[in-house]
Amino acid sequence: MSQEHIEHAIRKEYAAGFTTDIESDTLPPGLNEDTIRFISGRKNEPEWLLEWRLEAYRDWLKMAEPSWAHVNYPPVKFNEISYFSSPKAMKDRPQSLDEVDPQLIETYNKLGIPLHEQAALAGVAVDAVFDSVSVTTTFREKLWEAGVIFCSISEAVHDYPELIKKYLGSVVPRKDNFYAALNSAVFSDGSFVYIPKGVRCPMELSTYFRINEANTGQFERTLIVADEGSHVSYLEGCTAPMRDENQLHAAVVELVALDGAEIKYSTVQNWYPGDADGKGGIYNFVTKRGVAHRDSKISWTQVETGSAITWKYPSCILRGDNSVGEFYSVALTNNAQQADTGTKMIHLGKNTRSTIISKGISAGKSSNAYRGLVRMSPRAEGARNYTQCDSLLIGDRCAAHTFPYIESRNPSAVVEHEATTSKVSDDQLYLCQQRGLDAEKAVSMIVNGFCKEVFRELPMEFAMEAGKLLEVSLEGSVG
Amino acid sequence: MLKIDNLHASVENKAILKGLDLTVGAGEVHAIMGPNGSGKSTLGHVLAGRPGYTVTAGSAQLLGQDLLTLDTEERAHLGLFLAYQYPVEIPGVSNMEFLKASVDAVREHRNVPALDSVSFMKQAREACKAVNLDQAFLKRGVNEGFSGGEKKRNELMQMMLLAPKLCIMDETDSGLDIDALQVVADGINAMRSADRSFILVTHYQRLLNFIKPDRVHVLSGGRIVKSGDHSLALELEERGYAWLEDVA
Repeated sequence: MSQEHIEHAIRKEYAAGFTTDIESDTLPPGLNEDTIRFISGRKNEPEWLLEWRLEAYRDWLKMAEPSWAHVNYPPVKFNEISYFSSPKAMKDRPQSLDEVDPQLIETYNKLGIPLHEQAALAGVAVDAVFDSVSVTTTFREKLWEAGVIFCSISEAVHDYPELIKKYLGSVVPRKDNFYAALNSAVFSDGSFVYIPKGVRCPMELSTYFRINEANTGQFERTLIVADEGSHVSYLEGCTAPMRDENQLHAAVVELVALDGAEIKYSTVQNWYPGDADGKGGIYNFVTKRGVAHRDSKISWTQVETGSAITWKYPSCILRGDNSVGEFYSVALTNNAQQADTGTKMIHLGKNTRSTIISKGISAGKSSNAYRGLVRMSPRAEGARNYTQCDSLLIGDRCAAHTFPYIESRNPSAVVEHEATTSKVSDDQLYLCQQRGLDAEKAVSMIVNGFCKEVFRELPMEFAMEAGKLLEVSLEGSVG
Repeated sequence: MLKIDNLHASVENKAILKGLDLTVGAGEVHAIMGPNGSGKSTLGHVLAGRPGYTVTAGSAQLLGQDLLTLDTEERAHLGLFLAYQYPVEIPGVSNMEFLKASVDAVREHRNVPALDSVSFMKQAREACKAVNLDQAFLKRGVNEGFSGGEKKRNELMQMMLLAPKLCIMDETDSGLDIDALQVVADGINAMRSADRSFILVTHYQRLLNFIKPDRVHVLSGGRIVKSGDHSLALELEERGYAWLEDVA
């Protein structure tokens, strides 16, 4: 009986799998310096940014794709990807939601994120990214009053060139890694946030990403700068329609928390994971990193249920004394999904503290790896780290791996690591079913219980959504 | 209420039940006793629909419905409740959440309107009080870190909230001290009604001093070999099971 449920879950179609019929203005596949000039030109970028992109591209050409991650996939053909696409109707930016293509709004509705309602009810400002171009930004004025800048990177390049010049690439250098270099060369758009000194951002900032064009690479670039003593909470939510060909996604997210600032960055990721054999899913190769200055705090919370391949390590460089880094993660893999995800906590300053809570859930024949680095530098007097890494297995064909790396060069630093592996047992399911719950509901409840420590770190209005996502991704995968 | 005819069942290809007959009328309390390995617990699991327990022959009807073709949860919806001998822990899932989900599922399938949260909380608190569990247990993970006695009382609390038609208590009395036994017995007695039946699986006569059974059956070798009234239980306590082998 439980085997039946596994099969049912495995066959379950991706709920967000549909495409929107909007005419697109797409660059033909291929990557060379002309591609980059085209992208830069389309965006009317200043000369320095074009040069910046080109240098990144030249560096990228000399780099090799990393192969150390615990994932297997056919080589990505970078010349068969299109590097620019924008919905045609958006050439002239809409000034309000009413001007937005109704079909686009419909797409959001299907995903359960009606923009009007969401904006009104949750007080969320949404910078919705549809393919590569920012379509609409809400609550700009309210944020403006607080002095908060929340706009697309493309706009920021024109409107706040000094901030962009100062911080773009300051956390993730162009040459940092293969995918970061590629992103630096071809990044399409993304969000820019600046919180002025001492300001507490009056609302959650949220971006919904969506890949819509077939065969289009998506290269988001996000930069968040929290000036001294400021505070911001940011949510990135993703879901993509079904596709037959693998879609590459290589985003870069940079966070800068200046002295005494706090940045909370939450991600709910639900990209198309591919069919039961992993065919057609998104490849997600992301570089996320934050630099924490004195007395500041950076907190990453992620709920990852999508993508065929996930390669992602949101990290904190705890540069300033007394700075705090946190990483709370739920990574769920089902069917043929593969995830190699974790974090890096680099303790440079004195009395820096970091917490890592990682929950990996594997179902189907998926593979789920946690990879985490905790480094205590010689200067990190009195630094502390606590790591808890739990794996939950559903069924008997999946795999969970843990690769903790600990480097301590300061004898006063304390590093703690705890790890557990457990299984959703037949007896637990039997108890739930005997009490009237169907197997799907039972598994979802057990998994949600397992993830509780992470969910409570999510902004409240998104914790529910995360629970629902797990339910959709896991329905019935019983072992 | 329950009618079992010539029930044969096996676990991992080993025949455990070998032609069991049992009829339980509405409102009745039946005790099932018998030596270790006679199939007492198996009977409860077969009726509840535990995966891996295969019925090879015979039939079982609950309220006129063929129980054996139903899924585990469908049997629960119909009104079957099994209080486990060893309740399993579900870490991270609060007792409250679990109970609410169960009650919602059962009510939905019985076409009874869902309980609002306030009414549910009220009932849950009352059930806690009835089984002498602190309300703090509602917030703890299901059976997580509970003592043996607390687990048994937690089972009873679930039973009260789900208001089943047929309650199968699998050695609910084992591992309980005398005070806890009294609490459990009081709980069961309070639930007795004309449209609810009980099957008490037990090793010990002492439970039956607290809950007076209508019938007592001895299960041996996968069959019911002797039935009688409460006096049979007293006789078993005195003489053990060996003399019954001859009867069988």
